[in-house]
Amino acid sequence: MSHATPTHNYYLPQPAAYPIIGSTALLLMTAGAAMWFNGSSIGAWSVLAGALVMVYMMVLWFGKVISESEGGLYTDRVDVSYRWSMSWFIFSEVMFFAGFFGALFYARTLSVPDLSSIDNKLLWPDFTSAWPSSGPYLTDPFTPMAAWGIPAINTFLLLSSGVTLTIAHWGLRENRRGVLNLWLFLTICLGVTFLGFQAFEYGHAYSEMNLKLTTGIYGTTFYMLTGFHGFHVTVGTIMLICIWFRCLKGHFKPDHHFAFEGVAWYWHFVDVVWLLLFVVVYWL
Amino acid sequence: MSAVIDNHGHAHDDHHADHGHPPGLMRWVSTTNHKDIGSMYLWFSFIMFLMGGVMALTIRAELWQPGMQIVQPEFFNQMTTYHGLIMVFGAIMPAFVGFANWQIPMMIGAPDMAFPRMNNWSFWLLPVAAILLVSSLAVGGAGVGWTMYAPLTTQAGPGMDLLIFAVHILGMSSIMGSINIVTTILNMRAPGMTLMKMPMFVWTWLITAYLLIAVMPVLAGAVTMTLTDRHFGTSFFNAAGGGDPVLYQHIFWFFGHPEVYIIAIPAFGVVSQVIPAFSRKPLFGYASMVYATSSIAILSFMVWAHHMYTTGMPVAGQLYFMYATMLIAVPTGVKVFNWVATMWRGSLTFETPMLFALGFLFLFTLGGFTGLVLAMTPVDVPLHDTYYVVAHFHYVMVAGALFSALSGVYFWLPKWTGNMYDETLGKWHFWLSMVFFNITFFVQHFLGLAGMPRRIPDYNLQFTAFNQISSIGAFGFGLTQLLFLYVVLKCIRSGEKAPDKPWDGADTLEWTHLPTPAPYHTFENPPTVK
Repeated sequence: MSHATPTHNYYLPQPAAYPIIGSTALLLMTAGAAMWFNGSSIGAWSVLAGALVMVYMMVLWFGKVISESEGGLYTDRVDVSYRWSMSWFIFSEVMFFAGFFGALFYARTLSVPDLSSIDNKLLWPDFTSAWPSSGPYLTDPFTPMAAWGIPAINTFLLLSSGVTLTIAHWGLRENRRGVLNLWLFLTICLGVTFLGFQAFEYGHAYSEMNLKLTTGIYGTTFYMLTGFHGFHVTVGTIMLICIWFRCLKGHFKPDHHFAFEGVAWYWHFVDVVWLLLFVVVYWL
Repeated sequence: MSAVIDNHGHAHDDHHADHGHPPGLMRWVSTTNHKDIGSMYLWFSFIMFLMGGVMALTIRAELWQPGMQIVQPEFFNQMTTYHGLIMVFGAIMPAFVGFANWQIPMMIGAPDMAFPRMNNWSFWLLPVAAILLVSSLAVGGAGVGWTMYAPLTTQAGPGMDLLIFAVHILGMSSIMGSINIVTTILNMRAPGMTLMKMPMFVWTWLITAYLLIAVMPVLAGAVTMTLTDRHFGTSFFNAAGGGDPVLYQHIFWFFGHPEVYIIAIPAFGVVSQVIPAFSRKPLFGYASMVYATSSIAILSFMVWAHHMYTTGMPVAGQLYFMYATMLIAVPTGVKVFNWVATMWRGSLTFETPMLFALGFLFLFTLGGFTGLVLAMTPVDVPLHDTYYVVAHFHYVMVAGALFSALSGVYFWLPKWTGNMYDETLGKWHFWLSMVFFNITFFVQHFLGLAGMPRRIPDYNLQFTAFNQISSIGAFGFGLTQLLFLYVVLKCIRSGEKAPDKPWDGADTLEWTHLPTPAPYHTFENPPTVK
């Protein structure tokens, strides 16, 4: 049982406590959030505690995975498992966003036009269908978000970050570590700048444009779609920072660096979601 | 491919070196072994099955007579809600994931699942979700129906938030579990085991896992929208802000229809192993079975609005969804005929697994036919939200999925435990289940056709007789499942020693290449499949 077999090429880990720690964290976070949203102040502390436990678990678990990887335990066959699993994970993320894009599509082509149709004239006699719309009842005036200001700059930033990340990857494959470290750093800078602009845009929308999460279906879809995207950019940026530190420590080999590639796939996925957002949320 | 099992923590400890797991409770908390995790899934699902069953019996007790009997209407609605959620997400789905964990590595000749630690987390998220569900009931509950339609959910109390978070966690569990299963199947097969040589059960799980990865995030999105509508002033399901409650139904059923195949397809897989084994013939039309199952999976994304005929859809939409839904009968028919053809001129014996598989075959087909009835828009409009629908989906969920799971338990128990179950008691379990199931649910077709609405604690006097028959059947069915628990415990504790291959016609790797009971680690060196 404990004899390593001659052609050992699939690593199976020992029993581990990370999952139960993660589950405890999620219990604290979800139960806490439910209390918090219903007016109990203890809830917020429970969410915070859960989040800290979660971060602790992730540091432990990812740390273990990194040390296993650097220890040479992940053979090509294990590598293929990581490739499949990351692809399927990104597919699940695509479907998550598809739900929200579907809601936007539904609002624009079905629910808003229906509310101004003859069926609803008795209830909402003065409502005419248009987009952007905050619906027939929430009539507080607001300014919709224009596409060709900050959003266009953000598009440029994210597209550039895809290029810089690819250059960094090229550097890794050619074993030119200086190129790798520099261009990966630039990618992180572009990601952080994107997030800064996005935060500024939200602040501006709330303070100057009266465009809020509560601004009917337009505000709802605008903030939920760009917000979930922004959350993913944040996660992606943290992932980029992690692999940047690993690069600085000399991790990854030209032919064996799936952690880098997985983060790159994720980043490109976030990029593509942004392009769709730019077209259907900001532009059209 | 062979396995490197990380035992360095135990290498010099003779007591543990056999298994490489910590003693006591920590074995189960920290395990990375697919068999341990499979067992935990199966026991968890059985506990939830009993819990959901008690809720069902509460419903049937209240419906014993017209008028209000034992519970308040709000509590009655909570019972229908939590019964549905617990049975779907807590009992049936984890049961089949338990089968996947136990069987897939053994059936494809893999040393374990592709990601053993993530596998552990997929399971240990379920108790968290269960705690949230139960505490949701404790803080006042949410009698919103298992479908959690807006706007009822946007107005429900704090229990709704716990319900939403439970769904999030269940979704995480399913997505991680499915990614693990897909990766295992695609990357861990023994040399020579091409995709088209995989046992049908493995194929069905590949397809199911794909469906889960595709639709669980959509459900997560739907309940997230409910959450933000409740607490952060968004207008997804609020017409005053330009949203629409019907949007919720679209998103939910985009998840919900594939979900019924997520439950049904692994059930098809189990039956596709059991029927050939007891017919002593290979599965008839293996390739057509694979293609039919794949077609069902793809079609399942395109039929969701047949749950919504009464929401005021355009006629063109109703026609499309009606025809697309009926199209699913074609691949399903292929499967049913293949199972029947497998038995044709087979050397049949009728041990308990085969009995449950045949029970599945008859009753699932009947549930499929009532599904076709409901697929027709003009017929569905009067039947919508009646007991006819309740009868239909209990034929496919209980006599379909549950019977198949029971068939699988009896089929693989010898391999799992090393012992045979008591055949006589197993047959009693089957026949009592079969009879009481039909007593419970067959009459509900008539109740529905006569117009009795579902999810209502009271009813007109003329429905009394059928309701009492149904309630008697339900209590009989529930008690019968305690017999099942006894049979399983008896098998584990004092069953006769089982041979390596107790079933003549079983031909998959776990029967042909592994001893009984299956050792803790199997296929560290893969078999070669010809």
